[in-house]
Amino acid sequence: MRHLLSTGDLSRDEAVLLLDTAEEMLSVAERPIKKLPTLRGRTVVNLFFEDSTRTRISFEAAAKRLSADVINFAAKGSSVSKGESLKDTALTLQAMGADAVVIRHGASGAPARLARAGWIDSAILNAGDGSHEHPTQALLDAFTMRRHLAPAGDRTLEGRRVAIVGDVLHSRVARSNALLLSTLGAEVTLVAPPTLMPYGVASWPVETSYDLDPVLAKSDAVMMLRVQHERMNAAYFPSAREYSRRYGLDSKRMAKMPDDAIVMHPGPMNRGMEISADVADSTRSVIVEQVTNGVAVRMAALYLLLSGARTPEPTPGDAGGVLSDQTEGQA
Amino acid sequence: MTAYVIRNANLLGDEVTDLRIVDGVISEIGRDLDTGDAEVLDADGLIALPGLVDLHTHLREPGREDAETVETGTRAAAVGGFTLVHAMANTDPVADTAGVVEQVWRLGREHGFCDVAPVGAVTVGLGGSTLAELGAMADSAAHVRVFSDDGKCVSDAVLMRRALEYVKAFDGVIAQHAQEPRLTEGAQMNEGELSGVLGLTGWPAVAEEAIIARDVLLAEHVGSRLHVCHLSTRGSVEIVRWAKSRGIDVTAEVTPHHLLLTDQLAATYDPIYKVNPPLRTADDVEALREALAEGVIDIVATDHAPHPSEDKDCEWAAAAFGMTGLETALSVVQHAMVDTGLLDWAGVAERMSAAPARIGRVATHGRPIAAGEPANVVLYDPRATRVVEPSDSVSRSRNTPYRGMELPGRVVATFLRGRPTVLHGAVVEEVAA
Repeated sequence: MRHLLSTGDLSRDEAVLLLDTAEEMLSVAERPIKKLPTLRGRTVVNLFFEDSTRTRISFEAAAKRLSADVINFAAKGSSVSKGESLKDTALTLQAMGADAVVIRHGASGAPARLARAGWIDSAILNAGDGSHEHPTQALLDAFTMRRHLAPAGDRTLEGRRVAIVGDVLHSRVARSNALLLSTLGAEVTLVAPPTLMPYGVASWPVETSYDLDPVLAKSDAVMMLRVQHERMNAAYFPSAREYSRRYGLDSKRMAKMPDDAIVMHPGPMNRGMEISADVADSTRSVIVEQVTNGVAVRMAALYLLLSGARTPEPTPGDAGGVLSDQTEGQA
Repeated sequence: MTAYVIRNANLLGDEVTDLRIVDGVISEIGRDLDTGDAEVLDADGLIALPGLVDLHTHLREPGREDAETVETGTRAAAVGGFTLVHAMANTDPVADTAGVVEQVWRLGREHGFCDVAPVGAVTVGLGGSTLAELGAMADSAAHVRVFSDDGKCVSDAVLMRRALEYVKAFDGVIAQHAQEPRLTEGAQMNEGELSGVLGLTGWPAVAEEAIIARDVLLAEHVGSRLHVCHLSTRGSVEIVRWAKSRGIDVTAEVTPHHLLLTDQLAATYDPIYKVNPPLRTADDVEALREALAEGVIDIVATDHAPHPSEDKDCEWAAAAFGMTGLETALSVVQHAMVDTGLLDWAGVAERMSAAPARIGRVATHGRPIAAGEPANVVLYDPRATRVVEPSDSVSRSRNTPYRGMELPGRVVATFLRGRPTVLHGAVVEEVAA
């Protein structure tokens, strides 16, 4: 793995390796000293062209727990807000010796441009690009699902049924999840009003439905997507209230889900819109756990991109290498 | 002026003969012409075509001389085999007055590499609300006959109707950039399976087809002449075919890039492939080729759209729309149409010279290669091949989508009114009138 741009680039073995590595990383968080020396001396740049405090601090925590030096480069108040181009920003980071660039950008494909245009040699990690993809979000979602839904010993999501509900059209989370979960063997159903279903979705490796209720009854996990405020006045649906009635998850709807099914949300939530407060705070909700797992998954991604393992092998022993590093560091 | 004898040229690919060019005119055609004191050009194996006419070029002057000037653009045109290009109106200031169109026309004459026929804007400042002084531009020295807001659609149906009607007074034509604006807000690429996967806002075919359908009906209703710019979808072809079958006076153009490239290239996120209208599907490409062969699409027009590197060396959404095309047009047409057996060289001459000149109402270009006709001639070697290298561009800009592709053919010489603007594949410098 040279870059992490799209979950569509991941083979099942690579995806499983990432999740297994994240499992190791999660155990680090439970230790008194939550730090590994693995990326000591490496520089990770968080290049955020969009405000996203949650994702940025998650990446920052991940990089710091691996002992990397972290530079936060936010577009606001920087040379970018003075009109500096992506190219010049990339050349600057290259000159400063960035080993990895974590990029969040409003333009779909901006991470792919950084990876391919020849401006910079660093590993590129897509932290969300336009309405294209958000691979680490999908990985942390899959990780969370695997912990809850996969039988002991199963490292995939084979046969698990996942509903992704809401503004699929504009959602990078939905795209990354649809690809990754399918790769891991899950059966994905996208649920949205027809206006918020992407053109050509029939070619995706998923089922689709315009009707939430029948899908809920056969879902092991239900992921609610955030509805952006700017969609509300663009004729995608008549009103927030109607959307909420037809596609929102409240406790009455949740009761239709199988007993052990979980509720997910990538955040930030619109409580009362796509998800009711009691559902968000219910015992089925794993939303806070998703955040915790986010750090572990991002540690795994940074580790695999930067530790020199260019051709990861899907064996548990490989991820175990992280821990032996730590032993060494403590010695 | 030097006289030339062109030896053994293959006239439109079906007759090998000599041509004598004297005083700007083709004076004689036949075998074994006496050379006298004329300069002799060996054209063994070369196709002779009438000088190419482009109905759709962006020369960028005035306003964006960093992308192209009349001089650099007409040099590129000459190298591509063109002897007349129509310069689109979306300059800065917009070519919406007699003053601006005369300036552009005069710059073309002064540099002398290729004639320039300015296109006048339909509406003031391309604003889409007030008719520009179309009559003044028609009556100017630039003699404007083609009017277009290209880059923007004349989307207001009443304004479009009025424009179609008004230009009848001087036999003008409205060249419509067919793009329903509300359906294409923020549009980045063809709306299809790939746009959904890439998360790039789609530019649906219906946004083009709806405007073309409306416009052919308007043209029929008011009895006017309509030209459709850069038609790009199978559906548009069907509408134009239907309109022509009803006798509606509509003509249509297709660009070389829409004859060859598809939307799959957007998967690279490299904005060198970002263009408006967007690259479409392989099925659309097939329909466009067939329609061009059949004559439903009348002409090839380049939509040569030069941009400086910083407008392409960026993320997709931030990049400018457009690609250069003058220097590769004939090669792409050979590759897509001639080498595939869809069109012969006479067909190429019709679609890249005669028909565009007729649509633009230009009497002195697009004429047959015959004794007594203006000596606007291009000699082309269809057996040559080249790998396209952006740094070889004669255009000031480098945004060619064919970078790294091997294309057939090479323009060996271009004659503009008897004077060579290109010889042995290179621009002849001392051509200024």
